[in-house]
Amino acid sequence: MSGPDHSQDQPEAVSRRQFIGWGAAAVAGIMIAPGVTLFDLAHGRPAGEAASGKVRWGMLIDTSQCSAGCNDCVTACNTENHLSGGIRETDSQWIRKMELKDQRGGKTHSLPMMCQHCEHPPCVDVCPTGASFKRADGIVLVDRHICIGCRYCMMACPYKARSFVHEEVTGQNPDVPRGKGCVESCTLCAHRIDRDQKPACVEACAAAGRNAIIFGDLNDPQSEISKRIATYATTQVRADLALNTAVRYQGI
Amino acid sequence: MKAEGGRMKEKAGTACRSWLRARRESLRQLFILHPSSFILRAVLIATAMFAGMLSSAVYADRVPKPVIEAAQGEKCVESTDFMRRHHMELLMHQRDETVHKGIRARKYSLNGCIECHASRKNDSVIGTDQNFCQSCHSYVAVKLDCFECHASKPKALAAGAGGVQVLTGQAAK
Repeated sequence: MSGPDHSQDQPEAVSRRQFIGWGAAAVAGIMIAPGVTLFDLAHGRPAGEAASGKVRWGMLIDTSQCSAGCNDCVTACNTENHLSGGIRETDSQWIRKMELKDQRGGKTHSLPMMCQHCEHPPCVDVCPTGASFKRADGIVLVDRHICIGCRYCMMACPYKARSFVHEEVTGQNPDVPRGKGCVESCTLCAHRIDRDQKPACVEACAAAGRNAIIFGDLNDPQSEISKRIATYATTQVRADLALNTAVRYQGI
Repeated sequence: MKAEGGRMKEKAGTACRSWLRARRESLRQLFILHPSSFILRAVLIATAMFAGMLSSAVYADRVPKPVIEAAQGEKCVESTDFMRRHHMELLMHQRDETVHKGIRARKYSLNGCIECHASRKNDSVIGTDQNFCQSCHSYVAVKLDCFECHASKPKALAAGAGGVQVLTGQAAK
Protein backbone atom coordinates (compact mmCIF):
# COMPACT_ATOMS: atom_id res chain seq x y z
CA MET A 1 0.00 0.00 0.00
CA SER A 2 1.39 3.37 -0.93
CA GLY A 3 0.33 6.86 0.19
CA PRO A 4 -2.85 8.54 -0.99
CA ASP A 5 -3.19 8.80 -4.72
CA HIS A 6 -2.89 12.48 -5.69
CA SER A 7 -3.43 11.96 -9.38
CA GLN A 8 -7.18 11.87 -8.78
CA ASP A 9 -7.18 15.09 -6.69
CA GLN A 10 -5.11 17.12 -9.07
CA PRO A 11 -7.80 18.25 -11.55
CA GLU A 12 -10.16 19.11 -8.70
CA ALA A 13 -7.50 21.22 -6.97
CA VAL A 14 -6.98 23.16 -10.16
CA SER A 15 -10.65 23.75 -10.66
CA ARG A 16 -11.01 24.99 -7.08
CA ARG A 17 -8.21 27.48 -7.63
CA GLN A 18 -9.85 28.50 -10.86
CA PHE A 19 -13.09 29.02 -9.01
CA ILE A 20 -11.42 31.25 -6.41
CA GLY A 21 -9.96 33.25 -9.28
CA TRP A 22 -13.41 33.81 -10.74
CA GLY A 23 -14.67 34.85 -7.30
CA ALA A 24 -11.90 37.44 -7.02
CA ALA A 25 -12.79 38.74 -10.48
CA ALA A 26 -16.44 39.01 -9.46
CA VAL A 27 -15.53 40.96 -6.29
CA ALA A 28 -13.32 43.27 -8.35
CA GLY A 29 -16.25 43.76 -10.73
CA ILE A 30 -18.51 45.21 -8.07
CA MET A 31 -15.82 47.48 -6.70
CA ILE A 32 -16.59 51.06 -7.53
CA ALA A 33 -13.21 52.44 -6.50
CA PRO A 34 -10.26 50.86 -4.69
CA GLY A 35 -11.61 49.60 -1.41
CA VAL A 36 -15.17 50.72 -2.22
CA THR A 37 -17.56 47.90 -3.07
CA LEU A 38 -21.19 48.00 -3.97
CA PHE A 39 -22.35 45.59 -1.29
CA ASP A 40 -21.80 45.79 2.40
CA LEU A 41 -21.42 42.86 4.75
CA ALA A 42 -24.51 42.17 6.82
CA HIS A 43 -24.55 43.00 10.50
CA GLY A 44 -26.37 40.09 12.05
CA ARG A 45 -28.08 40.75 15.37
CA PRO A 46 -30.20 38.10 17.10
CA ALA A 47 -33.88 38.98 17.59
CA GLY A 48 -33.57 39.00 21.38
CA GLU A 49 -30.57 41.33 21.51
CA ALA A 50 -30.79 45.10 22.03
CA ALA A 51 -29.53 47.59 19.45
CA SER A 52 -25.85 48.22 20.09
CA GLY A 53 -24.15 51.55 20.70
CA LYS A 54 -21.15 50.25 18.79
CA VAL A 55 -23.10 50.67 15.57
CA ARG A 56 -24.22 53.96 14.09
CA TRP A 57 -26.50 53.56 11.13
CA GLY A 58 -26.24 56.16 8.42
CA MET A 59 -26.85 56.91 4.79
CA LEU A 60 -24.83 58.48 2.05
CA ILE A 61 -26.76 59.99 -0.83
CA ASP A 62 -24.86 60.35 -4.07
CA THR A 63 -26.65 63.21 -5.80
CA SER A 64 -24.86 62.51 -9.08
CA GLN A 65 -26.77 59.21 -9.26
CA CYS A 66 -30.11 60.68 -8.15
CA SER A 67 -32.39 61.65 -11.01
CA ALA A 68 -34.86 64.56 -11.02
CA GLY A 69 -37.70 62.48 -12.45
CA CYS A 70 -37.28 59.52 -10.11
CA ASN A 71 -39.54 59.21 -7.08
CA ASP A 72 -38.92 55.55 -6.26
CA CYS A 73 -37.54 56.11 -2.76
CA VAL A 74 -40.59 58.17 -1.78
CA THR A 75 -42.99 55.59 -3.17
CA ALA A 76 -41.18 52.75 -1.43
CA CYS A 77 -41.28 54.66 1.87
CA ASN A 78 -45.01 55.32 1.48
CA THR A 79 -45.71 51.67 0.75
CA GLU A 80 -43.53 50.29 3.53
CA ASN A 81 -44.82 52.65 6.20
CA HIS A 82 -48.39 52.92 4.90
CA LEU A 83 -48.33 56.66 4.27
CA SER A 84 -51.02 58.19 2.11
CA GLY A 85 -48.53 59.63 -0.37
CA GLY A 86 -50.30 63.01 -0.29
CA ILE A 87 -48.22 66.18 -0.20
CA ARG A 88 -50.64 68.54 1.54
CA GLU A 89 -49.51 70.22 4.72
CA THR A 90 -51.59 67.77 6.72
CA ASP A 91 -50.17 64.67 5.03
CA SER A 92 -47.28 62.79 6.55
CA GLN A 93 -44.13 62.91 4.48
CA TRP A 94 -41.20 60.95 5.82
CA ILE A 95 -39.06 61.54 2.75
CA ARG A 96 -39.27 64.26 0.09
CA LYS A 97 -37.53 64.72 -3.23
CA MET A 98 -35.93 68.17 -3.56
CA GLU A 99 -34.63 69.96 -6.62
CA LEU A 100 -31.74 72.36 -5.98
CA LYS A 101 -30.31 74.84 -8.47
CA ASP A 102 -27.10 76.80 -8.30
CA GLN A 103 -28.35 80.31 -9.06
CA ARG A 104 -25.13 81.38 -10.79
CA GLY A 105 -23.86 78.27 -12.51
CA GLY A 106 -27.26 76.78 -13.26
CA LYS A 107 -26.24 73.29 -12.09
CA THR A 108 -29.23 71.38 -10.74
CA HIS A 109 -29.26 68.65 -8.14
CA SER A 110 -31.97 66.26 -7.14
CA LEU A 111 -31.90 64.63 -3.75
CA PRO A 112 -34.11 62.97 -1.16
CA MET A 113 -34.46 64.79 2.17
CA MET A 114 -35.61 63.04 5.31
CA CYS A 115 -34.81 62.81 9.03
CA GLN A 116 -31.03 63.21 9.21
CA HIS A 117 -30.74 61.10 12.39
CA CYS A 118 -28.53 63.63 14.14
CA GLU A 119 -26.07 62.66 16.83
CA HIS A 120 -27.33 65.68 18.82
CA PRO A 121 -30.98 65.83 17.75
CA PRO A 122 -32.80 69.10 18.56
CA CYS A 123 -36.13 67.23 18.53
CA VAL A 124 -34.96 65.13 21.47
CA ASP A 125 -33.75 68.23 23.32
CA VAL A 126 -37.11 69.96 23.17
CA CYS A 127 -39.43 67.01 23.74
CA PRO A 128 -41.30 67.64 27.01
CA THR A 129 -42.36 64.03 27.58
CA GLY A 130 -39.31 62.03 26.53
CA ALA A 131 -41.16 60.56 23.56
CA SER A 132 -38.48 61.75 21.13
CA PHE A 133 -35.37 59.70 21.69
CA LYS A 134 -32.25 58.40 20.04
CA ARG A 135 -31.76 54.67 19.96
CA ALA A 136 -28.36 53.22 20.91
CA ASP A 137 -27.51 52.66 17.25
CA GLY A 138 -28.17 56.31 16.38
CA ILE A 139 -31.72 56.06 14.99
CA VAL A 140 -33.89 58.98 16.12
CA LEU A 141 -37.43 57.83 16.86
CA VAL A 142 -40.73 58.86 18.43
CA ASP A 143 -42.23 56.60 21.08
CA ARG A 144 -45.88 57.02 20.18
CA HIS A 145 -46.98 55.57 23.50
CA ILE A 146 -45.48 58.64 25.18
CA CYS A 147 -45.96 61.32 22.49
CA ILE A 148 -48.71 63.80 23.34
CA GLY A 149 -48.64 65.51 19.94
CA CYS A 150 -47.42 68.90 21.14
CA ARG A 151 -45.28 69.31 17.98
CA TYR A 152 -42.37 71.12 19.65
CA CYS A 153 -40.04 68.72 17.84
CA MET A 154 -41.50 69.76 14.50
CA MET A 155 -40.60 73.35 15.33
CA ALA A 156 -37.11 72.39 16.48
CA CYS A 157 -36.14 70.26 13.48
CA PRO A 158 -34.02 72.27 10.99
CA TYR A 159 -34.84 69.78 8.21
CA LYS A 160 -38.65 69.89 8.45
CA ALA A 161 -38.43 66.16 8.72
CA ARG A 162 -41.30 65.52 11.11
CA SER A 163 -45.01 65.24 10.38
CA PHE A 164 -48.07 65.21 12.58
CA VAL A 165 -50.78 62.64 11.96
CA HIS A 166 -53.97 64.66 11.63
CA GLU A 167 -56.41 61.93 10.72
CA GLU A 168 -57.23 58.42 11.81
CA VAL A 169 -55.20 55.72 10.15
CA THR A 170 -56.37 52.22 9.23
CA GLY A 171 -54.70 49.26 7.57
CA GLN A 172 -51.22 49.96 8.94
CA ASN A 173 -48.23 47.74 8.35
CA PRO A 174 -48.15 45.60 11.55
CA ASP A 175 -44.45 46.46 11.89
CA VAL A 176 -45.09 50.21 11.63
CA PRO A 177 -47.89 51.23 13.98
CA ARG A 178 -49.04 54.81 13.40
CA GLY A 179 -52.12 56.76 14.35
CA LYS A 180 -53.78 60.09 14.85
CA GLY A 181 -52.36 62.56 17.35
CA CYS A 182 -48.67 61.70 17.24
CA VAL A 183 -45.64 63.17 15.55
CA GLU A 184 -43.69 60.85 13.29
CA SER A 185 -40.76 60.83 10.92
CA CYS A 186 -38.38 58.57 9.05
CA THR A 187 -37.43 55.65 11.32
CA LEU A 188 -34.60 54.58 9.02
CA CYS A 189 -36.90 51.55 8.69
CA ALA A 190 -35.81 50.42 12.18
CA HIS A 191 -38.12 47.41 11.90
CA ARG A 192 -36.23 46.27 8.80
CA ILE A 193 -32.80 47.04 10.25
CA ASP A 194 -33.69 44.92 13.28
CA ARG A 195 -34.27 42.05 10.85
CA ASP A 196 -31.02 42.69 9.08
CA GLN A 197 -32.65 44.26 6.04
CA LYS A 198 -31.91 47.63 4.46
CA PRO A 199 -34.34 50.54 4.55
CA ALA A 200 -37.09 50.44 1.93
CA CYS A 201 -35.83 53.56 0.10
CA VAL A 202 -32.32 52.10 -0.23
CA GLU A 203 -33.67 48.88 -1.69
CA ALA A 204 -35.95 50.76 -4.09
CA CYS A 205 -33.09 52.96 -5.27
CA ALA A 206 -30.93 49.90 -5.89
CA ALA A 207 -33.80 48.15 -7.64
CA ALA A 208 -34.13 51.15 -9.96
CA GLY A 209 -30.45 50.64 -10.84
CA ARG A 210 -29.26 53.93 -9.38
CA ASN A 211 -27.69 52.99 -6.06
CA ALA A 212 -27.79 56.66 -5.09
CA ILE A 213 -28.45 55.79 -1.42
CA ILE A 214 -25.79 53.82 0.41
CA PHE A 215 -26.78 52.47 3.81
CA GLY A 216 -24.41 51.16 6.46
CA ASP A 217 -22.58 51.46 9.74
CA LEU A 218 -20.69 54.76 10.11
CA ASN A 219 -18.70 53.36 13.03
CA ASP A 220 -17.30 50.45 11.06
CA PRO A 221 -14.28 51.61 9.02
CA GLN A 222 -14.68 48.57 6.78
CA SER A 223 -18.28 49.37 5.82
CA GLU A 224 -18.90 50.69 2.35
CA ILE A 225 -20.38 53.94 3.61
CA SER A 226 -17.33 54.64 5.81
CA LYS A 227 -14.96 53.88 2.95
CA ARG A 228 -16.85 56.21 0.65
CA ILE A 229 -16.87 58.98 3.23
CA ALA A 230 -13.14 58.45 3.68
CA THR A 231 -12.60 58.53 -0.09
CA TYR A 232 -14.92 61.26 -1.36
CA ALA A 233 -15.91 64.73 -0.18
CA THR A 234 -19.32 64.48 1.50
CA THR A 235 -21.53 67.13 3.05
CA GLN A 236 -23.84 67.33 6.03
CA VAL A 237 -26.79 69.61 5.40
CA ARG A 238 -26.64 72.58 7.78
CA ALA A 239 -23.28 71.39 9.08
CA ASP A 240 -23.04 74.78 10.83
CA LEU A 241 -25.52 73.52 13.42
CA ALA A 242 -22.99 70.86 14.48
CA LEU A 243 -25.67 68.19 14.82
CA ASN A 244 -23.44 65.53 13.22
CA THR A 245 -26.09 64.04 10.96
CA ALA A 246 -26.06 60.37 10.01
CA VAL A 247 -27.37 61.19 6.54
CA ARG A 248 -24.67 62.65 4.30
CA TYR A 249 -24.73 63.94 0.75
CA GLN A 250 -22.15 63.57 -1.96
CA GLY A 251 -21.95 66.01 -4.86
CA ILE A 252 -23.78 69.04 -3.50
CA MET B 1 -79.98 57.43 97.24
CA LYS B 2 -77.43 57.25 94.56
CA ALA B 3 -75.89 54.02 95.85
CA GLU B 4 -79.34 52.36 96.13
CA GLY B 5 -80.28 53.28 92.55
CA GLY B 6 -77.06 51.69 91.27
CA ARG B 7 -77.73 48.50 93.14
CA MET B 8 -81.27 48.26 91.71
CA LYS B 9 -79.97 48.67 88.16
CA GLU B 10 -77.44 45.94 88.76
CA LYS B 11 -80.18 43.61 89.99
CA ALA B 12 -82.34 44.20 86.95
CA GLY B 13 -79.36 43.56 84.64
CA THR B 14 -78.59 40.22 86.30
CA ALA B 15 -82.21 39.09 86.01
CA CYS B 16 -82.28 40.00 82.32
CA ARG B 17 -79.07 38.11 81.54
CA SER B 18 -80.21 34.96 83.34
CA TRP B 19 -83.53 35.00 81.44
CA LEU B 20 -81.74 35.23 78.11
CA ARG B 21 -79.39 32.42 79.06
CA ALA B 22 -82.33 30.18 79.95
CA ARG B 23 -84.07 30.92 76.67
CA ARG B 24 -80.95 30.18 74.63
CA GLU B 25 -80.53 26.92 76.49
CA SER B 26 -84.07 25.80 75.75
CA LEU B 27 -83.63 26.53 72.05
CA ARG B 28 -80.41 24.54 71.98
CA GLN B 29 -82.23 21.66 73.70
CA LEU B 30 -84.91 21.74 71.07
CA PHE B 31 -82.59 21.64 68.07
CA ILE B 32 -79.72 19.56 69.23
CA LEU B 33 -80.97 17.05 71.70
CA HIS B 34 -84.46 16.40 70.42
CA PRO B 35 -84.48 13.27 68.22
CA SER B 36 -86.56 14.96 65.54
CA SER B 37 -83.96 17.78 65.15
CA PHE B 38 -81.72 15.55 62.99
CA ILE B 39 -84.50 14.92 60.54
CA LEU B 40 -85.39 18.57 60.55
CA ARG B 41 -81.79 19.59 59.76
CA ALA B 42 -81.45 17.03 56.98
CA VAL B 43 -84.62 18.31 55.36
CA LEU B 44 -83.45 21.90 55.64
CA ILE B 45 -80.02 21.14 54.07
CA ALA B 46 -81.53 19.13 51.23
CA THR B 47 -83.95 21.92 50.40
CA ALA B 48 -81.18 24.50 50.39
CA MET B 49 -79.02 22.38 48.09
CA PHE B 50 -81.86 21.77 45.67
CA ALA B 51 -82.71 25.46 45.57
CA GLY B 52 -79.05 26.30 44.94
CA MET B 53 -78.78 23.89 42.04
CA LEU B 54 -82.01 25.13 40.58
CA SER B 55 -80.98 28.76 40.76
CA SER B 56 -77.47 28.14 39.31
CA ALA B 57 -79.00 26.23 36.41
CA VAL B 58 -81.34 29.11 35.72
CA TYR B 59 -78.78 31.89 36.17
CA ALA B 60 -76.04 30.19 34.09
CA ASP B 61 -78.04 31.09 31.03
CA ARG B 62 -79.09 34.47 32.29
CA VAL B 63 -75.62 35.88 33.06
CA PRO B 64 -73.91 36.89 29.82
CA LYS B 65 -70.31 35.81 29.39
CA PRO B 66 -67.85 36.88 26.71
CA VAL B 67 -67.93 34.64 23.65
CA ILE B 68 -64.34 34.02 22.63
CA GLU B 69 -63.37 32.43 19.36
CA ALA B 70 -60.71 29.74 19.77
CA ALA B 71 -57.19 30.71 18.69
CA GLN B 72 -55.62 29.22 15.60
CA GLY B 73 -52.36 28.21 17.27
CA GLU B 74 -51.89 25.08 19.30
CA LYS B 75 -50.82 26.59 22.61
CA CYS B 76 -50.46 30.06 24.04
CA VAL B 77 -47.10 31.37 25.23
CA GLU B 78 -48.30 31.10 28.85
CA SER B 79 -51.20 29.44 30.65
CA THR B 80 -54.69 30.84 30.10
CA ASP B 81 -55.04 31.98 33.72
CA PHE B 82 -51.69 33.76 33.61
CA MET B 83 -52.51 35.45 30.32
CA ARG B 84 -55.91 36.62 31.59
CA ARG B 85 -54.29 38.38 34.52
CA HIS B 86 -50.97 39.49 33.09
CA HIS B 87 -51.20 39.93 29.30
CA MET B 88 -51.17 43.72 29.67
CA GLU B 89 -47.94 43.62 31.66
CA LEU B 90 -46.26 41.38 29.10
CA LEU B 91 -47.35 43.68 26.29
CA MET B 92 -46.27 46.82 28.12
CA HIS B 93 -42.82 45.36 28.79
CA GLN B 94 -42.40 44.10 25.25
CA ARG B 95 -43.46 47.43 23.78
CA ASP B 96 -40.65 49.30 25.57
CA GLU B 97 -38.14 46.64 24.66
CA THR B 98 -39.12 46.89 21.01
CA VAL B 99 -39.44 50.65 20.63
CA HIS B 100 -36.40 51.68 22.64
CA LYS B 101 -34.02 48.74 22.24
CA GLY B 102 -35.13 47.27 18.95
CA ILE B 103 -35.75 43.82 20.46
CA ARG B 104 -38.29 42.18 18.22
CA ALA B 105 -38.55 38.76 19.85
CA ARG B 106 -41.98 37.45 18.93
CA LYS B 107 -42.87 35.54 22.07
CA TYR B 108 -44.75 38.34 23.88
CA SER B 109 -45.24 40.71 20.94
CA LEU B 110 -48.64 42.12 20.04
CA ASN B 111 -48.09 40.93 16.47
CA GLY B 112 -47.51 37.45 17.86
CA CYS B 113 -50.88 37.58 19.68
CA ILE B 114 -52.66 38.76 16.55
CA GLU B 115 -51.15 35.99 14.42
CA CYS B 116 -52.90 33.33 16.50
CA HIS B 117 -55.96 35.14 17.78
CA ALA B 118 -57.23 36.84 14.62
CA SER B 119 -60.75 35.60 13.88
CA ARG B 120 -61.30 33.28 10.97
CA LYS B 121 -64.31 35.37 10.02
CA ASN B 122 -62.82 38.83 9.60
CA ASP B 123 -59.09 38.09 10.11
CA SER B 124 -58.99 40.55 12.98
CA VAL B 125 -58.87 40.64 16.77
CA ILE B 126 -61.40 43.48 16.89
CA GLY B 127 -64.53 44.43 14.97
CA THR B 128 -67.32 42.46 16.67
CA ASP B 129 -67.95 41.31 20.23
CA GLN B 130 -66.91 37.80 19.18
CA ASN B 131 -63.41 38.95 18.22
CA PHE B 132 -60.72 37.90 20.67
CA CYS B 133 -59.57 41.22 22.15
CA GLN B 134 -62.85 43.07 21.87
CA SER B 135 -65.00 40.32 23.41
CA CYS B 136 -63.43 40.53 26.87
CA HIS B 137 -62.61 44.22 26.76
CA SER B 138 -66.17 45.20 26.00
CA TYR B 139 -67.43 42.71 28.60
CA VAL B 140 -65.37 44.27 31.37
CA ALA B 141 -65.68 47.80 29.92
CA VAL B 142 -61.94 48.41 29.65
CA LYS B 143 -61.02 50.74 26.81
CA LEU B 144 -58.88 49.09 24.17
CA ASP B 145 -56.81 51.69 22.35
CA CYS B 146 -53.94 49.55 21.00
CA PHE B 147 -55.59 49.39 17.62
CA GLU B 148 -55.83 53.12 17.09
CA CYS B 149 -52.21 52.79 15.94
CA HIS B 150 -51.49 49.05 15.71
CA ALA B 151 -52.78 46.89 12.90
CA SER B 152 -55.48 44.49 14.11
CA LYS B 153 -54.78 41.97 11.37
CA PRO B 154 -51.83 39.62 10.82
CA LYS B 155 -49.11 40.84 8.51
CA ALA B 156 -50.01 38.79 5.47
CA LEU B 157 -53.56 40.12 5.54
CA ALA B 158 -53.00 43.73 6.60
CA ALA B 159 -53.58 46.19 3.79
CA GLY B 160 -50.59 48.24 2.81
CA ALA B 161 -48.04 45.87 4.29
CA GLY B 162 -44.83 46.24 2.40
CA GLY B 163 -44.56 42.69 1.21
CA VAL B 164 -45.89 39.43 2.48
CA GLN B 165 -43.69 37.72 4.97
CA VAL B 166 -44.31 34.39 6.60
CA LEU B 167 -44.04 34.85 10.34
CA THR B 168 -43.46 31.67 12.16
CA GLY B 169 -42.50 30.87 15.41
CA GLN B 170 -41.65 31.57 18.85
CA ALA B 171 -45.25 32.62 19.37
CA ALA B 172 -46.46 29.04 19.01
CA LYS B 173 -43.59 27.77 21.15
